[in-house]
Amino acid sequence: MTQVATPPAGTPEQEPPGPPPGHVRLTIDGVQVDAPKGELVIRAAERIGTAIPRFCDHPLLDPVGACRQCLVEVEMGGRKMPKPQAACTQTVADGMVVNTQLSSPVAEQAQRSNLEFLLLNHPLDCPICDKGGECPLQNQTLANGPSASRLRDPKRVFTKPIPVSTQILLDRERCVLCQRCTRFSAQIAGDRFIDLLERGSAQQIGINRTEPFQSYFSGNTIQICPVGALTSAAYRFRARPFDLVSTPTTCEHCASGCSLRTDSRAGGITRRLAADDPQVNEEWNCDKGRFAFTYLRQGDRLTQPLVRNADGMLRPASWTDAMAAAARGLLQARDAGGVGVLPGGRVSVTDAYAYAKFARVALRSNDIDFRVRDTPVLDNGAEEAGFLARRVVGRGPGRGGVTHQELEHAPAVLLVGFEPEDESPIVFLRLRKAVRSRGLAVFAVGALATRGLEKLDGTLLPATPGTEPAVLAGLTREGTADTGLGEAAAAARNRLGAALRSAGAVLLVGERAAAVPGLLTAVETLADATGARIGWVPRRAGDRGALEVGAFPTLLPGGRPVTDAAARAEVEAAWGVPVPETPGRDTGGILAAVRDGDLSGLVIGGVDPADLPDPGAALTAVTAASFVVSLEIRASAVTELADVVLPVAAAPEKPGAFMNWEGRMRPFAAVLPEVGRLDEGRVLDTLGVEMDVDLYTQTPAAAAGELGRLGGWPAERTAAAIDPAGPVRSGPPESHGLTPHDKVLTSWRPLLDGGRMTDGEPALAGTARPEVVRLSAASAQALGVVDGAPVTVRGPGGGLTLPVAVTEPMRTDAVWLPARVGGRPLSAWIGTSAGHAVRVMAGAGIGREAR
Amino acid sequence: MADTAVGATAVDGAGAPLTPVLTRRWAAPESWTLASYRELGGYRALPKALGVEPARVTELVKASGLRGRGGAGFPTGMKWSFLPPFDPAAPTPRYLVINADEGEPGTCKDIPMMMADPHSLIEGAIITSYAINAPFCAIYVRGEALHCLRRLAGAVREATAAGYLGRDILGSGYDLEIVVHAGAGAYICGEETALLDSLEGRRGQPRLKPPFPAVAGLYASPTVVNNVETICSVPPIVLHGADWYRSMGTEKSPGSKIYSLSGHVTRPGQYEAPMGTTLRQLLDSAGGMRDGIPLKFFTPGGSSTPIFTAEHLDVPLSFDDVAAAGSMLGTTALMCFNETVSVPWAVWKWLEFYKHESCGKCTPCREGTGWLVQILHRIVTGDGTAEDLDTLTSAAANIAGRSFCALGDAAATPVLSSFKWFRQEYEDLVTGVTPPLVGDRALGAGTVGTGTSTVGAHR
Repeated sequence: MTQVATPPAGTPEQEPPGPPPGHVRLTIDGVQVDAPKGELVIRAAERIGTAIPRFCDHPLLDPVGACRQCLVEVEMGGRKMPKPQAACTQTVADGMVVNTQLSSPVAEQAQRSNLEFLLLNHPLDCPICDKGGECPLQNQTLANGPSASRLRDPKRVFTKPIPVSTQILLDRERCVLCQRCTRFSAQIAGDRFIDLLERGSAQQIGINRTEPFQSYFSGNTIQICPVGALTSAAYRFRARPFDLVSTPTTCEHCASGCSLRTDSRAGGITRRLAADDPQVNEEWNCDKGRFAFTYLRQGDRLTQPLVRNADGMLRPASWTDAMAAAARGLLQARDAGGVGVLPGGRVSVTDAYAYAKFARVALRSNDIDFRVRDTPVLDNGAEEAGFLARRVVGRGPGRGGVTHQELEHAPAVLLVGFEPEDESPIVFLRLRKAVRSRGLAVFAVGALATRGLEKLDGTLLPATPGTEPAVLAGLTREGTADTGLGEAAAAARNRLGAALRSAGAVLLVGERAAAVPGLLTAVETLADATGARIGWVPRRAGDRGALEVGAFPTLLPGGRPVTDAAARAEVEAAWGVPVPETPGRDTGGILAAVRDGDLSGLVIGGVDPADLPDPGAALTAVTAASFVVSLEIRASAVTELADVVLPVAAAPEKPGAFMNWEGRMRPFAAVLPEVGRLDEGRVLDTLGVEMDVDLYTQTPAAAAGELGRLGGWPAERTAAAIDPAGPVRSGPPESHGLTPHDKVLTSWRPLLDGGRMTDGEPALAGTARPEVVRLSAASAQALGVVDGAPVTVRGPGGGLTLPVAVTEPMRTDAVWLPARVGGRPLSAWIGTSAGHAVRVMAGAGIGREAR
Repeated sequence: MADTAVGATAVDGAGAPLTPVLTRRWAAPESWTLASYRELGGYRALPKALGVEPARVTELVKASGLRGRGGAGFPTGMKWSFLPPFDPAAPTPRYLVINADEGEPGTCKDIPMMMADPHSLIEGAIITSYAINAPFCAIYVRGEALHCLRRLAGAVREATAAGYLGRDILGSGYDLEIVVHAGAGAYICGEETALLDSLEGRRGQPRLKPPFPAVAGLYASPTVVNNVETICSVPPIVLHGADWYRSMGTEKSPGSKIYSLSGHVTRPGQYEAPMGTTLRQLLDSAGGMRDGIPLKFFTPGGSSTPIFTAEHLDVPLSFDDVAAAGSMLGTTALMCFNETVSVPWAVWKWLEFYKHESCGKCTPCREGTGWLVQILHRIVTGDGTAEDLDTLTSAAANIAGRSFCALGDAAATPVLSSFKWFRQEYEDLVTGVTPPLVGDRALGAGTVGTGTSTVGAHR
């Protein structure tokens, strides 16, 4: 954009150059503006610093022109349009003359009178309204509104508030019916659960009582509401915005790494809002990121170190005593058989680095793995470890990594072992945006089409769990001759095969893909055959960064292969100590080694055994360890088994950074530095000193400095040092030889599933999706059950009864369950997890029994 | 409608030169049947139209000067030609939608038309669809008009059975399906884009324009939306030619028009007369004002058009003449009010309608109509103040020209136009001057009230 003021009188006239290609030249309030064709007048005016008042307009929503607040005078070809025009719907044109409220009495009067209409029935209850102090309507009124109302008659009143969900409350008399909330829900989220009801002055926002506002993105409607009509049950009447301290933060929940604004007051977080970050989350976030912060203040927060005394009882201890005890125990365990480190996937980048360095320097081992999943990590993780080393580590924006913005411009995206709406909601929103605006073609390989896939207008490549590698292999074969594929599926496969060859196509791979033998290998083969790029989306906020800084058995910081002498040498030079050259064990291997006595001790970060494939076995291993140090924010199943428990800071209590799935650094500031909790880098640094080694991670800044000096390692060298994917574990897929009532289980964790990081927020939990068993129509018919009828899924460890949700399209030999039911992992109910055969029966004969 | 003037052919003294073109079959026995329609010259324009290129039909309608009868008076042939060029190789669907959601207060021409002569609408629909290459036509009828829906649906069945609809119509190779769709009863759904949303099964609220329906209308496809009377005018034009059509009416508003007379008229009803006929002529045909009480004010084209007074009895009722006199021809719904009627009372009643029918999408209309009603109600019931008059007029002016669609403009119109001619009545009400008795002025009585007020008489 150029901005040319009218030349002062007397200046010699110069022939101004025309607008750049694709632009038009117009005049706004006497200022000449070059604007891209199709731009709205309201946007063009913003760029010269003129804010035309608006309520319904939102740059990320389709224009609607409903509130009429942005009326301006428009002149075309020297002729004034007879009526003032809405700047939010009027597109720019060459030679257009726009006069806003700044230069047109007509526009100014139109805006004033519109404000009068909006305020007519508004309750003017700003002193008790959550929005008071940050309300566009209030601001407009104070700036341009009438000082007194001309209304002499009763105002329109409604019962208030009404809950549109457990989380969102609606005060209808405050509503200006701008439709931002309904447009957001329909356009951005695709969850059209709220809509306009009635008409005229009785028009209001409402829900269908049979379809609750169960959207993972509903909180955004509160944030974009330009008045106090939508408020959150969690924040309502809690604070005044001008009493809050705002801190820019990064969401600690999933791997998208949304920018947030966290507001705090008196040592506690009062609310969180989505911050504006066009590269990542635009102006949105999910409800988990917005509302799930109350875990910080749960009663089981660990506040001081605990040390197991001679009687075997955990007792509060000073940091000095606790550190000494931990150092002593770890040194003994290290020398006895070695110590494994499980930092978990919620660590910040610098904390993960501290774990990675602690393992190598203090414990002299590569037995460290950040991966915590309820699907087994295979065969010592060789397939996945190779995949991560070859395709993921070292990559990022501008370094060969796929980004959110590239997803938006991709011609086709194939989802592999990944349900974006549940597992990385901002990826879902970006994909949906691309589908709506650019016609992105989304495909998913899996057993069923989810609502999320429907909202992406996506195509399912049906695959029984376990057979996905074959489906991917089929994509590079032409023709329709194939077994088991219907004509439509074959057509979709051929369409996708072609689409993946076009520039910019992406394979978006979830961490669950690692649970299927050969699937990651098939992904790599497909990428190499088609030229499609790979994006790997883990579940937790710290996963990607932990991989990058070496909290991984086969990789050192920067993706340096443990087995590469040159790579080791670089790290040794930086650290000044030798680095063990034997690759370490993965999570499963570490726990097995402890159980078998091959390892003596464990250092466990934020790992909940319930998140592991076999929680019982994990607890057995922890019990078997001779010495266990736990670094946790809240008491967990590990706490009771630990010898030393060290309380650490949660993300909002410390500064740091996450690396999101793109490989992008997402720094965050401490929201509550005053609580004085220590981050893991600091705790491990001190523990290191007790063990006579120096980590130099006493502050995140120090750790980040060292990481920076260490620098990266060329991704190609990482890839070259790793063996190409070898033959993978194979055997008959689980679907082999099934009886009709035996089905292969497919499962993942819904976004809201009663996880511990959502504790203390019942309003949020109330919007979780109902727990159901998903079966194909044919399966349901064979069982003689209709939608909503109870169905029991039985595994080796017991049975679980839930209502059936008949789902199409879906593989008939598959059954879907949420990976958490009633807040407990599936393994606790049925003794097995995704990818394995289970029996499905009609009725509730066995009941919900836990093992 | 016992007094409806149907099928009249005579020019009755100084009355309107009635020209039954659209209404010529209305009085025939069982006029709505296919047999009756054919007997009276129906389905003769169709083969003629199908025998020429579609573009020639559009040219003919352009030449006839036919202007839309839904209120705006947009040239019909030009509207048709706004559709993107038809490409037989890659046919995108194109649609004809007939607006039969007649809802403008005072307007009652389309429903009688469809009741008395549904086949003329169907014949017009087939010719129009053929002209624009549409394989599908929807007739959107007010849901309340169940009788009308039944009759139209029956006529579509009859026409289909007779080969006028469906595949290969009259051996021409042209296919057309007509669907009669019941609206859900909202005035806003007479607005063409709201109608399209409603037809698609959505909430009926006006769409953002552009894109206009000719580019992206029904199901985002090129669409022509025409009023019932417009479409019914097409077969006679095809049959008799553009010159014949132009022989009626004025140069810029040719043809004949159904004028709907209602209110204090001796014989209210539908009067078909050439464009440009005056209300005085029409009233003469309708037996004058009822009981001889003189006309006080009238709407030239429904409540959304600025009111006229007895001074305007000789304004030719054509699009341009009415506009020149400061109003709009609208739907030629001539609601005639005699001197017994309190203007503020009538305006209040109209505003109740607009408040009830405001769709709620935009602020000025949603909030403003309700406010106008509140103020008017107080004024009419004697609780108004002088300040209210300013508030009323400024609020109405703040709705006019600021709303999303024309409904807001329409709602402001009765207030603004009544203040133009009858401000004194409002001032009398807020200053406590007792209004004259019902009919006082007509009877030559004084202005001092001696009994029931006008307001009381009508409440």
